[in-house]
Amino acid sequence: MSTLALWRDKLAYQPVSLGIVAMLSGLALVVANTATLPGIAAAEQRDLQTSLEQVLPSGFASNDLVRDTILVSGGDGPPRTVYRARTAAGAICGTVFQVSGRGYAGDINILIGLDRDGRLLGARVIKHQETPGLGDKIESAKSRWIDDFAGKSLSSPPPAQWAVKKDGGVFDQFAGATITPRAVVKAVRQGLEFYAAHRAEILNDSPKESTR
Amino acid sequence: MNFREISRNGLWDQNIVLSQILGMCPTMAVTTSGTNGLGMGLATTAVLVCSNMLISSVRAFVSPQVRIPVYIVLIATLVTLVDMSLNAWMHDLYRVLGLFIALIVVNCAVLGRAEAFASRSGVLASALDGLFMGLGFTASLTVIGLIRELIGAGTLFAQASLLLGPAFAFLEIKVLPNYGGMLMMILPPAGFLVLGLLLALRRLFELRAAARTTPATAVPDAVAGCH
Repeated sequence: MSTLALWRDKLAYQPVSLGIVAMLSGLALVVANTATLPGIAAAEQRDLQTSLEQVLPSGFASNDLVRDTILVSGGDGPPRTVYRARTAAGAICGTVFQVSGRGYAGDINILIGLDRDGRLLGARVIKHQETPGLGDKIESAKSRWIDDFAGKSLSSPPPAQWAVKKDGGVFDQFAGATITPRAVVKAVRQGLEFYAAHRAEILNDSPKESTR
Repeated sequence: MNFREISRNGLWDQNIVLSQILGMCPTMAVTTSGTNGLGMGLATTAVLVCSNMLISSVRAFVSPQVRIPVYIVLIATLVTLVDMSLNAWMHDLYRVLGLFIALIVVNCAVLGRAEAFASRSGVLASALDGLFMGLGFTASLTVIGLIRELIGAGTLFAQASLLLGPAFAFLEIKVLPNYGGMLMMILPPAGFLVLGLLLALRRLFELRAAARTTPATAVPDAVAGCH
């Protein structure tokens, strides 16, 4: 112990010991990262699968949506990944993709499921930072509000009523929180417009086009 | 340091929130409900026990001049390891606690215990210290969360079954049905208000106790909070 105490007081001991600690920590992180990578990827895949299933009626898709994707370049931003649901016969019967809107505190990411004709089958907020107890009623775990979207499409309600009630639309707002539901309604409407604009591309089944 | 002293320090005398006023960042940020406070407290307790044991076991090799960076590297590594393994192997728990785990790195109570206790005590004593400090932290956060939740939303332990499993659904109580809620209690300012009230209560309690046992010993000085 006394030799250690002597060593500890040497100037060189300090950087060297700190370096060793940092190296060992880095090594531990590399090992842990390698060990957990497949587990984390699998867990995220399962999460995605669960979210995808939530926006479609049960038994709607007979295929594995995660493996049937197409990249569609929209007007702005990076290309969107569109997941396609198929019937048992293999025909595309619906699509799921993510839309996002700017809420009260950062982006709100929403997954929406559409049938072939662009009618909403369901919507789920998958990520947001809205005020707890106020804006977070958009989560399906906290309120049924998000279920109002099912069955809606670009023509029903008419475009002018694709808004919260305060703005003359058909969607409820929350007491004290208008910005959040407004952002969600707008994001979903933009998603429907995106689908309408790219419907042919999304439903095109020839393999060459689908990897665009 | 005996068991009695360590447990008493952790739970009350040196309580991280109510006496040392440490770890204010998680205290204010996550105590919007009793469940959140409990989750953050339990996650911190686990990290505190591990970090105290780790730092206590390497304390002979750490030179005093570089001890702080060494502790920070060790704690950050530990939290990252916990984060990654939970994400990979206990993903359901991670979905609930994931938010809290990253915040533990900035909880200077962990560094505080490393510096004040683990760096000069045995491994077992340090583990116990981590455990009781963590439990004291958990209790404080849960109480703050419950007060804010009760006034802010009229419920107690809402969504506890998401954190603890369906068996704990009985904890979820809607105390005030048809209660509109008081938004301010859920927003950050109420964190300060409730903490201030609790500190005042504690002080009152201590003054009463000191008045009863005449020559009063000084209340341990609160360490200045860093977050």
